[in-house]
Amino acid sequence: MPAPIASILDYDCGNLRSLERAFVHVGAQVRMIERAEDVATAGHLVLPGVGAYGQAMDGLSRRGYAEAVAAHAAVGKPLLGICLGMQLLFDESEEFGPHKGLGLVPGRVQMFDKDRAADHGVRIPHIGWTAMRPGPTRSWADTILADVRPDDHFYFVHSFHGRPADPNCVLAEVDYNGERICAAVHRDNVIGFQFHPEKSADAGLAILSRFVGLR
Amino acid sequence: MTNLQQRENGERPSNGGRPAPHVRLIARLDVKGPNLIKGIHLEGLRVVGDPHEHARRYYEQGIDEILYIDSVASLYGRNNLSDIVDRTTCDIFIPITVGGGVRSVEDVRRLLRVGADKIAVNTAAVACPELITEAAEAFGSQCVVVSIAAKRRARGSAGWEVLVETGRERTGIDAVEWACRAAELGAGELLVTSVDREGTRMGFDVELTQAIARAVDVPVIASGGAGRLEDVAAVIEDGGADAVALASILHFGMAGIGTIKDFLAGRGIGGRPARRDG
Repeated sequence: MPAPIASILDYDCGNLRSLERAFVHVGAQVRMIERAEDVATAGHLVLPGVGAYGQAMDGLSRRGYAEAVAAHAAVGKPLLGICLGMQLLFDESEEFGPHKGLGLVPGRVQMFDKDRAADHGVRIPHIGWTAMRPGPTRSWADTILADVRPDDHFYFVHSFHGRPADPNCVLAEVDYNGERICAAVHRDNVIGFQFHPEKSADAGLAILSRFVGLR
Repeated sequence: MTNLQQRENGERPSNGGRPAPHVRLIARLDVKGPNLIKGIHLEGLRVVGDPHEHARRYYEQGIDEILYIDSVASLYGRNNLSDIVDRTTCDIFIPITVGGGVRSVEDVRRLLRVGADKIAVNTAAVACPELITEAAEAFGSQCVVVSIAAKRRARGSAGWEVLVETGRERTGIDAVEWACRAAELGAGELLVTSVDREGTRMGFDVELTQAIARAVDVPVIASGGAGRLEDVAAVIEDGGADAVALASILHFGMAGIGTIKDFLAGRGIGGRPARRDG
């Protein structure tokens, strides 16, 4: 059986090398998508991203990726957004904005409450390894997080976080700054991780492996 | 009871009202050419071994991040760690920060493209603080680490002075003021190295870390001086460090990462547990 293929959307958004290497490490093939028309032939599509929301959306729209990714999701094919890529799945973000997002998961992206952070002596950005728990209405059974153990830690680095309008979309959450933060979002075939699975050692690699159907 | 449970139950260790500390341990690898090296006060360099082999071993033991510093980059006018970073991304899946000789946004872009997650800037940021903002705007604050090498002022004067060019040149700039400015300009994180303690294993300059950690909202990485497990705990509990960079204590096998993490957990300091299966 040929190795499954992870298609990674390349829109000049930082470090794609690590993501590529992580998929290769778990036994997948990687295809870098550099033209919007190639999205149509992608199976498992990954939307990476670091940096500023507005710039990233501009980058997606300018290359015709925004419509292509929406079309990919609309036909029910798997889509995984990582970090800023997760935030882009929502309707809009307040980061230097508002900026419109892809609108694939109802909800918005907002900044950590800075005043509250100052009161609590909490750092922004949130940088660190954190264990997750299932969203209030969700179980991880049969989801992409099925293999995650309660003590598995994942690497987060962010100043903004997505808030799904529908609580059932919160697949995993963590606490930071005294706030409940959505760490993983899941709506039908669309998945988003605020953490970086490609930077979360074995626990993260196992999730990427599951995304492409290797376990 | 685990630290996580303690936090969820609202119990706080007595550390000045701050939430229970939750820290990252970072392996700091200073690199000269193909070699991992270690000096004292950033000088007197000694070859330790192959950087990738060390990074790989620390990864398997559960280190949280890798920090590579090209210690001779200024001699060549650029950072020469691309090959090492490229190798690292093949089999090490944790955040990688690269510093040393980073002079421009183009340098930042080049190192991100070979697989670095964060870039540490020092001398060039002092010479041209706009570099911090430009890099943050282009790639996001989360990948801009401002590295501050600080030395206590001579007896009779308070505070710390910023040094550049791998600790060889004085600037007259106050380290705490520079830390605040760097954070305002867009740094996502500060790497604070005590030149006085670096390589001495005499313990961190806890006062330096504390002065900067209290002055800024971004995470602070303490670097320079870890010799004993107590030193690591002290710079977190008293210094308020959010992350700790370790070099000699790891490179010379004084303590394993599991031992350090278990010790910190025993003190009520949270973080990612050490690997049990490795």
